[in-house]
Amino acid sequence: MDVLLKRDGDTIVVSIAGRINTATSPQFERELIPALDGVKKLVLDMTDLLYISSAGLRVILTAQKIMARQGEMILRNLKPEVYEVFEMTGFVDFLTIE
Amino acid sequence: MNLTVEAKVENIDPLTNLVNKQLEAMGCSPRVQSQIDIALDELLSNICHYAYGDGTGHVTVGIEEIAEENAVQITIKDYGIPFDPLAHDDPDVSLDIHERNIGGLGIFLVKKTMSDLRYEYRDGCNILTVVKTL
Repeated sequence: MDVLLKRDGDTIVVSIAGRINTATSPQFERELIPALDGVKKLVLDMTDLLYISSAGLRVILTAQKIMARQGEMILRNLKPEVYEVFEMTGFVDFLTIE
Repeated sequence: MNLTVEAKVENIDPLTNLVNKQLEAMGCSPRVQSQIDIALDELLSNICHYAYGDGTGHVTVGIEEIAEENAVQITIKDYGIPFDPLAHDDPDVSLDIHERNIGGLGIFLVKKTMSDLRYEYRDGCNILTVVKTL
């Protein structure tokens, strides 16, 4: 998994490539969560994300809770396989997916 | 094909890659392959984290094609604490964000995406049989 962060003022775009699973989710958490300090808008670009398992959902939930307090979080360019996981788990109800 | 490795998180990816090679040879679609990869991550991570308590042990993954059903059967065996991952209630996926936790979501995903799941405890082994129509 590769995580690329681009900051522009109080907006941050995070591009994630590969798989978010049990092995990679600790790295995803370490790179994403500390970067949210002072951020008002978080965009997660999932163009190259192949899939996400429940270990990754935990990190997404943490990020959503932080961003709900300080701004907004948007998920973009989800593959059908990734969208399906958010749909089955009911995460689509509280995530903003474009 | 049968593969036995130490039940450690760092072994999940290499094991999944080997399973994927078999799935590709069977003409499995990328979508189904992702679903199987997620199922393996959920089931194997449970075993790596809990099956052997603080100790270590092994896990065996078998994969075979059921040609007449156009399906693949994956068998996951461990020799740890008896545990039926299917015996738990499904999480409430309608709760709002503040009431949400992640417990049980992994197995729930596996139940939703796989075609059939069977658990048995036999000869000191947890045996989980996963069938997925290709």
